[in-house]
Amino acid sequence: MTWSATARGAHQPDNTAFTQQRLPAWQPLLSASITLPLFFCAGLAFIGLGLGLYYSSNGIKELEYDYTGNPGTGNCSVCAAEGQGRAPPPNCSCAWYFSLPELFPGPVYLYYELTNFYQNNRRYGVSRDDAQLSGLPSALHHPVNECAPYQFSAAGLPIAPCGAIANSLFNDSFSLWHQRRPGGPYVEVPLDRAAIAWWTDYHVKFRNPPLVNGSLALAFRGTAPPPNWHRPVYELSPDPNNTGFINQDFVVWMRTAALPTFRKLYARIRQGNYTAGLPRGAYRVNITYNYPVRVFGGHKLIIFSNISWMGGKNPFLGIAYLVVGSLCILMGFVMLVVYIRYQDQNDEDDDDE
Amino acid sequence: PPRRKQPRRAGWRARGRTRTVRSNLLPPPSAEDSVAGATKGERLQRLGCVQHVADNRLKTTKYTLLSFLPKNLFEQFHRLANVYFVFIALLNFVPAVNAFQPGLALAPVLFILAVTAFKDLWEDYSRYRSDHEINHLGCLVFSREEKKYVNRFWKEIHVGDFVRLRCNEIIPADILLLSSSDPDGLCHIETANLDGETNLKRRQVVRGFSELVSEFNPLTFTSVIECEKPNNDLTRFRGCIIHDNGKKAGLYKENLLLRGCTIRNTEAVVGIVIYAGHETKALLNNSGPRYKRSQLERQMNCDVLWCVLLLVCMSLFSAVGHGLWMQRYQDKKALFDVPESDGSSLSPVTAAVYSFLTMIIVLQVLIPISLYVSIEIVKVCQVYFINQDIELYDEETDSQLQCRALNITEDLGQIQYIFSDKTGTLTENKMVFRRCTVSGIEYSHDANAQRLARYQEADSEEEEVPRGGSSQRGSIGSHQSIRILHRSQSTKSYWRTGSRKTLGSLLDPTHHVYPFSPQEKDITPDPKLLEKVNECDKYLAISRHQEHPLAQLSPELSDVFDFFIALTICNTVVVTSPDQPRQKASHGVPPRAHDALALLRSPSVVSLPEGEHGSLPFRELLSGLRKMQQGASHRERLGQPTPAIASNGYSSPADSWEPEYPQEPQPKQELRFEAESPDEAALVYAAKAYNCALVDRLHDQVSVELPHLGRLTFELLHTLGFDSIRKRMSVVIRHPLTDEINVYTKGADSVVMDLLLPYDARGQHQNKIRSKTQNYLNLYAMEGLRTLCIAKRVLSKEEYACWLQSHLEAESSVDNREELLFQSAIRLETNLHLLGATGIEDRLQDGVPETITKLRQAGLQIWVLTGDKQETAINIAYACKLLDHDEEVITLNAESQEACAALLDQCLHHVQSRGSYTPEKTESCVNVGFSSLYLASATSTVSGPSPSLVIDGRSLAYALDKNLEDKFLFLAKQCRSVLCCRSTPLQKSMVVKLVRSKLKAMTLAIGDGANDVSMIQVADVGVGISGQEGMQAVMASDFAVPRFRYLERLLIVHGHWCYSRLANMVLYFFYKNTMFVGLLFWFQFYCGFSASAMIDQWYLIFFNLLFSSLPQLVTGVLDKNVPAHVLLLKPQLYKSGQNREEYRPRAFWLNMVDAAFQSLICFFIPYLAYYDSDVDMFTWGTPITAIALFTFLLHLGIETKTWTWLNWTACVFSIFLFFTVALIYNASCATCYPPSNPYWTMQALLGDPVFYLICLIAPITALLPRWVLEFVSDFSTHTAAILLPKDQQGAQHSGHKCTIERGHRAGGPGGSGPRVLQTRRGCFGSMS
Repeated sequence: MTWSATARGAHQPDNTAFTQQRLPAWQPLLSASITLPLFFCAGLAFIGLGLGLYYSSNGIKELEYDYTGNPGTGNCSVCAAEGQGRAPPPNCSCAWYFSLPELFPGPVYLYYELTNFYQNNRRYGVSRDDAQLSGLPSALHHPVNECAPYQFSAAGLPIAPCGAIANSLFNDSFSLWHQRRPGGPYVEVPLDRAAIAWWTDYHVKFRNPPLVNGSLALAFRGTAPPPNWHRPVYELSPDPNNTGFINQDFVVWMRTAALPTFRKLYARIRQGNYTAGLPRGAYRVNITYNYPVRVFGGHKLIIFSNISWMGGKNPFLGIAYLVVGSLCILMGFVMLVVYIRYQDQNDEDDDDE
Repeated sequence: PPRRKQPRRAGWRARGRTRTVRSNLLPPPSAEDSVAGATKGERLQRLGCVQHVADNRLKTTKYTLLSFLPKNLFEQFHRLANVYFVFIALLNFVPAVNAFQPGLALAPVLFILAVTAFKDLWEDYSRYRSDHEINHLGCLVFSREEKKYVNRFWKEIHVGDFVRLRCNEIIPADILLLSSSDPDGLCHIETANLDGETNLKRRQVVRGFSELVSEFNPLTFTSVIECEKPNNDLTRFRGCIIHDNGKKAGLYKENLLLRGCTIRNTEAVVGIVIYAGHETKALLNNSGPRYKRSQLERQMNCDVLWCVLLLVCMSLFSAVGHGLWMQRYQDKKALFDVPESDGSSLSPVTAAVYSFLTMIIVLQVLIPISLYVSIEIVKVCQVYFINQDIELYDEETDSQLQCRALNITEDLGQIQYIFSDKTGTLTENKMVFRRCTVSGIEYSHDANAQRLARYQEADSEEEEVPRGGSSQRGSIGSHQSIRILHRSQSTKSYWRTGSRKTLGSLLDPTHHVYPFSPQEKDITPDPKLLEKVNECDKYLAISRHQEHPLAQLSPELSDVFDFFIALTICNTVVVTSPDQPRQKASHGVPPRAHDALALLRSPSVVSLPEGEHGSLPFRELLSGLRKMQQGASHRERLGQPTPAIASNGYSSPADSWEPEYPQEPQPKQELRFEAESPDEAALVYAAKAYNCALVDRLHDQVSVELPHLGRLTFELLHTLGFDSIRKRMSVVIRHPLTDEINVYTKGADSVVMDLLLPYDARGQHQNKIRSKTQNYLNLYAMEGLRTLCIAKRVLSKEEYACWLQSHLEAESSVDNREELLFQSAIRLETNLHLLGATGIEDRLQDGVPETITKLRQAGLQIWVLTGDKQETAINIAYACKLLDHDEEVITLNAESQEACAALLDQCLHHVQSRGSYTPEKTESCVNVGFSSLYLASATSTVSGPSPSLVIDGRSLAYALDKNLEDKFLFLAKQCRSVLCCRSTPLQKSMVVKLVRSKLKAMTLAIGDGANDVSMIQVADVGVGISGQEGMQAVMASDFAVPRFRYLERLLIVHGHWCYSRLANMVLYFFYKNTMFVGLLFWFQFYCGFSASAMIDQWYLIFFNLLFSSLPQLVTGVLDKNVPAHVLLLKPQLYKSGQNREEYRPRAFWLNMVDAAFQSLICFFIPYLAYYDSDVDMFTWGTPITAIALFTFLLHLGIETKTWTWLNWTACVFSIFLFFTVALIYNASCATCYPPSNPYWTMQALLGDPVFYLICLIAPITALLPRWVLEFVSDFSTHTAAILLPKDQQGAQHSGHKCTIERGHRAGGPGGSGPRVLQTRRGCFGSMS
């Protein structure tokens, strides 16, 4: 019988690697044979990656213009001065002239940028009703409390879209004109303003309420536009696929920015003769100046930029990789020195034996 | 549990404190009274029946189905952290300050509560199941209807029922013994279930019932029993029984059968239930597991408070910032400023207050919600691994280490002081008779000493031990012993201790005796003494019929004879001969072992292969035996193994029934001695070696067998049992030869010497003997032997009659019985005639000196607190290397408070100015009644190690006085070891308490006996040795080890691991939470301090609980910063735990700083990478979460010293879980989770190269400094560790030592780095 197997006492613990804490183990991150090569390799790889990133970021062209209209900074200062103290400011136009000495390679993205604008303020950020924006009829007429004080209008009508984010919708607009030859006529550059929002936002998150008798306006009947808006939500654009809650500008705006300085995509330039980018020549950007930012010390910028595989222009990552890569190599050397020093020590000890 | 002392001895009779028990078979009093009507209440009152009496149903469950939820929640909210988290979660329901969805915020705390509740529920359910099982055990209860005993469940037993118990049945309730099948009205019980003591205890039928001739009939029982209310004192029971005729008889604990004990050696007993169920003494004594809070946990709680402070500061900072921000933008009508819901603008102060509260919610993760749960999980696993350690398993006793307290494992790694008992802890508590002195002549028993020495040699050299001159039985023992040596190559421990619980004793559940080893039993007699004994014997055999047979003997021979008679009968040893059960006259019948042997040979049980040595599968055997016992009658059932097995406790059963080793013929029947203490047995065995054998003991007679004289039967008049106050016991007998009344007293020399006949001129001879004996006693003590004095007193008939009268009065007194009996005993034990003294050796346990040396090297101070004589204790201390011969020993013996103070001052002065102090000076200052302040070695004074202190009980009492305790402690602190002799249990605990409270040191107390219980309870960590003296110490302990030597591994390996694992885990927890909260805090600078979070609320809430918890648990359970063999080889490493190097405030703050740094990196790399882009809040926050996760795992990877596949799995699982959850969560619902609304974020990020780029660089950058520093410091310290396996056999090399010390210094107070790193030593593949 299995006498030997049962010979041990009833309470004798199992002699397995697990219970006896003898599982095979190692520490890869602190052993010299792994760490030192790792540091050197990582350092080299980082430097290589950093260089790549740096150059690809440097290859990106960016052209920006601050049209806030602080006194003496261009013709937008007129609008800015006019808008001072009045809300909403009247439709005021100004323009920005620039010329490109060479081709601005495409695809060119047109952004607007706001600074010092805290879209990430907590009470601002929560002031929206996603259910309403998803076209839920019940939510349309009963906005959530988070929207207060932009929940109901003074007349007691539910505001659609409710909330502070919607109320503060950016309402400047831009058009780009190109003068091929000096003195020639300005030709409007077609701005592709479709698909500037996330695909999922435009197709999933934001939905218009069901049409009533084929009319969006009727669907929105019984609601009021946000107090800052001049026109109701269903008139944001004549294009039925770009109006109401699924207006691209609106959708872009509703995706609140992470930081107080942020860009938002306004348009892409990739149509007609401009698929390859903006050819050389003089350009004019017509700006409808509505949005007041000077009151809180903000700035408005307009930016032309092209992008690389890694997104917009940002030299930081490249530099960071370069720095960290160099640090890795430096530390690798420090560690090597320590390693060699103690290795010698051990050898001496061994010799003593 | 501490025994409650009854304040007044006679108090139990006071009104309202008694219980009245009547037979249930009588018509119930109420029925009787219903006729009387109005008087009913009054009568009930008088009878005391109004008090509620519990039935025998056992209910240890805490909850019922209904009460579970409220009760459990109530209990859980006793933990402050839970209240805090619920408060935070509830804060979310306030709209103005809420940060998360209220329901979601409740999730984690509900999860934690649910896990704990489930655990409690499970525990309660197991309790319920075991209760159910016990409640449904059966027993025989007398039924009024059927007029006979019928089977009932335990739970159906009520107070007043008559219960009939058969042999080997477990007693279901506290029962008053009314009848026994034993002719003497005795009953033997085994109390192992209660206190672990395996010797049989005798219980007696209530006086007045034992004389009944016919069988006890419950129907005729009409007496009323008055007794104490239920209490938990196992050693006390008082009451009286009032018979119909108004006669009263006292009831004592000898009449009570306690629940949980087992009836042994008695065919059947009948009793009436006095206490049932939860009122039984056993259950009143049963307090649940102890809750101790560990030192680390206290420190951790302190750091939690720091975290709270930090949290408040961050929130306050943020609140002020938000207020200012509001002020700045509010009147400017900034578009992003949101007015109050009614349109009015929010004042900055209100906004700040709201922001403060919201920040507290958002940053709540700073207080680790899962920390407490994780710590509990880790501790449970640690306990599991300690229990599982095969090196802590004792094969001899088949017992492993038990952890009885679950939450102080890490305290094991921080012990600074060990307080140890001596007897049974450092020593075996196996008494071996070494030498004796009779009538002033010393018999050195050289042959015996040689024999003992041979046993020791046999440990190391496996060769046949020639043995000569031993008794017949000895030869059997040696024969088998040698065989075992041949069989097993590693029998060392069996040899030495011989305490292996073998089949021999297990086969026969009716007998649990000390498994005496041959060392204890085979005493080689001293030839001279043997001759003298023979001479007496022969002479007496011839002259036994003369009138004064003893008078013809010379005084010396007469003393020798009396000495051996005293050794043989002055004890409470019960003789059990194999022809059981006990009958009034036992005769030698050849032992029968057929039943057991037949059973063992039957194919259903294991057959034993040739030459195998080991233990049987006991359970199988036992169950088989039990089955057999059901049917067999008591007599047949006894199933004695062969006597040889029974006597050689260690021998393998295989030996005895293998046919090639036929039983040696037994010239005499084999007797076994069941003694309450090993000393007694040792003396009886010694006497037996001189052919003076105890053959039978009944309650009224003792028989001794001598070779020539034959059987002498002494009429046993009284036995005055041993107690710790008198420190002696006596028997009063009528001598069969002289018909004199003799008193034999055996006791501690200090006591007995004072009770001898006063000095006088006539007793010149006696005086001489006395001084000689005293000299020998001192000699024995110097050798480390335990000494006992044997004395005798001859009583005249008149004296006896006089004493007897008062004694009987005392015995029959009801109120003050114990006091009176004590007085009576003192009256008897005077004017003694000294016969001689014995020296008994208590051998050191295996490995004690080595263990003490190791523990010393580990920086532990060891104090031995013993009740033994100073000389004995010092000797043992030398033997176990506690004292060293070339070191100074300061002995502190003071007679008075003043002397003690003066002495302490001197010692302090001496210790402080060592070097300038010379032994001559010592001599000169020794004057008042204290022995000396002697220096063991004058040369060592100059630069020797610190001295050791020896103090006796009396001086200790003075030194523990309020005025002197500081001085005493200061002195003791300077000393390498301290030895307190003659100390009482109370003093032991006082010393421990003093050290604990005054020196703020971690203390460990280890002991095995009841006298160590108070010390074990007082110490931070109490360790019990599951040894010879019962289970009381184990019951009170936090950890129970089978032997002292296991302490080494328990402390140095497991203690170190537990501490370092837990310390690192706690630190990691703090780091992790701070780092995570840091990310959120830095963001506040960019969101107007508005308490918004870029990390989605789901990640925020579940990050700690789900995504990052498993890897740290695995590391917390399994990581070994130093492998076991290195720890054992370098006990110095233990000091890191003592100095709390892994987890001290510095480490905590360095960790916090590191966390701040890492969070800066992890925040600003994504910040800068996404600066000036169109990134939205959660597309930016999610990479930060991912980066944080990677950083945590990488950090843990650096911290983890041993990566096993479990670590890898846990890390991979964490990452996998995070991404899976994120992907599912981000795809599940487009509008469900306001305000974060992270729809498709993760999916979009996975297509963004920047996401990968920052996830790569940020964790590496954040950990670069720590990595490099850990590597450098690790590498500079690990070299010793990596070389150690090579040195394992060899001596430690100075070069390595140097390295290790350098390592310590590098990371020590002067060291730099994000954390204290010096104890972390890499393993570098040297494990596995």
